[in-house]
Amino acid sequence: MSQEAERRIRAIVVDDEELARQILREYLSKHREIELIGECANGFEAVKSVAEKKPDLVFLDIQMPKLDGFEVLELIGNEAAVIFVTAYDSYAIRAFEVHAVDYLLKPISKERFEDALGRAKERLSGKIAPSAIEVSELAAAARPPAQYADRIPVRDGTRVFIVPVAKLDYAEAQDDYVALATEGKKHLKQQTIASLEAALDPARFLRIHRSYIVNLERVTKIEPYGKDSHLAVLSNGVQLPVSRAGYSRLKSYLDR
Amino acid sequence: MHPILAQLRRLALYLLAWIPITVLVAYLLAMPHTIRWQEAAIVAAPLCLIYAFFCLSAWYSCRVTPIETSSLPRLVLTHLTTALLAAGLWVLVAKTLVIELSQTSLAPQLDKRFAPEMPLLVGTGVLLYLLSIAFHYVLIAVEASRLAEARMMKASLLARDAELKALKAQVNPHFLFNSLNSISALTSSDAAKAREMCVLLGDFLRRTLGLGEKSAIPLGEEMSLIHAFLAVEKIRFGARIQMQENIAKDALDVQVPPLLLQPLVENAVVHGIANLVEGGWIRLDARCENGDLAIVVENTYDPEAPARRKSGVGLANVRQRLAARYGNRATFGVQTEADHFRVSVTLPAEREGASA
Repeated sequence: MSQEAERRIRAIVVDDEELARQILREYLSKHREIELIGECANGFEAVKSVAEKKPDLVFLDIQMPKLDGFEVLELIGNEAAVIFVTAYDSYAIRAFEVHAVDYLLKPISKERFEDALGRAKERLSGKIAPSAIEVSELAAAARPPAQYADRIPVRDGTRVFIVPVAKLDYAEAQDDYVALATEGKKHLKQQTIASLEAALDPARFLRIHRSYIVNLERVTKIEPYGKDSHLAVLSNGVQLPVSRAGYSRLKSYLDR
Repeated sequence: MHPILAQLRRLALYLLAWIPITVLVAYLLAMPHTIRWQEAAIVAAPLCLIYAFFCLSAWYSCRVTPIETSSLPRLVLTHLTTALLAAGLWVLVAKTLVIELSQTSLAPQLDKRFAPEMPLLVGTGVLLYLLSIAFHYVLIAVEASRLAEARMMKASLLARDAELKALKAQVNPHFLFNSLNSISALTSSDAAKAREMCVLLGDFLRRTLGLGEKSAIPLGEEMSLIHAFLAVEKIRFGARIQMQENIAKDALDVQVPPLLLQPLVENAVVHGIANLVEGGWIRLDARCENGDLAIVVENTYDPEAPARRKSGVGLANVRQRLAARYGNRATFGVQTEADHFRVSVTLPAEREGASA
């Protein structure tokens, strides 16, 4: 492989409609400096493809089967620069909040496409790239207003799991990750516990400890444990530490 | 609140109507010539003023014995009792007034001369009260019809509003944007197909625009609109859309509100097919049974698909339009079952020319 080939920008196109992919393919074919390395028809494929092929740039549709564009971005973090492509103008603010390079509206004009590509090149050559955790955080937080998450996408290598919020027993902070405990398994996700807490419905989930969020439906009893602290016992027998602040929150919830 | 006491203008008019009655009562009292004109007037004026207010109480007894639903004996008994009571009370007031007046120089010994007039006063009192009852029944009927008219106006305004909103919301702009994007893609790869899609899209739009003014169209026409819509979507989604139709022959000429079913099919595409990687099917059944048109739109969907914005708005719209137009003569139901989503609609099977 020549030096020049290595410098080419590697891109993938994600859209569930063949014709929508086709037009991006056509626009991209005019650019020798860009190499189209993959096309995906849904969110799962997109996450897998990003993990395996490590593209620099992703053209991402928002409304797709399996995972929507924001969920894909939440999982891939800053691994690639993202340009959203959609017929809906109402997502634009959300898109820029999560540091998308640009937001193209269908039908896509050649001029807007060139603009977006220019910005992507700037982003890729510069040092302005946001950190991975930041993008994931922002994407997780950028849900429609007054709406809590009803599912949490999790990625394990190239595989994607969807954890329905109703099946989440508890979440535990582990450095830059949270471990999501569901149906006897734990899924690791790159996200802070604070941003997960913000995404969950406070009527159903409670932060009982600096490192723990619990699904209130699972709590069967609270036992005293040592001086000043307590344990929450879940229906599956798991015991979680409850801090003093967590205990007062838990009590005020149970007293309601 | 009593309708006459509620407005000063009405009360003034009502009291004005009592002036001739007062004159009449004074005339009756003065008839036997044992009482002088001035004396009769002094007695009649306050008595009639008081009785004017007594008679307003008829409103309450009229309200508790509605003329349409109460039996004749009950009507007679209630109103005769209240009339006698009112007249008795009135005569008592009259007696007190007359005794008081006889102490003054205005009408010396009026009580003695007044005694023979008492039966006449009772009769007049009962008669006036019965008149007031009749008057109040008329008043209640007028109020009721005015209220009903206002309610009907409001209902029809609401219905028209709902229809207008429904029609405005019909053609989903995103359908248009996505279709235009597909055409744009086809222009370089398959010009003939791009042209075909332009024609199909134009056909669909023209049909929708033409339907705005119509209040009902035959089901067959709605079906061809759906075919135009699906023809466009099939170019976008390719083999992912499969359509099955079972439309009974006798259902085709049933009149339905325009663009009632198209949103249901669009819903099936946007929330069903578009979320399925391998695509899915849409089934549309329509048949007539027991004078109703029964329609079922069913499609496969992914229960775990990411939530789309505005889901359910299209359905709520159809439900509202049905309710505004047919009231409880139409039904609307949604069932989900594993990976099937089903909307069932029934509405009265009206045909052009036949009575509605």
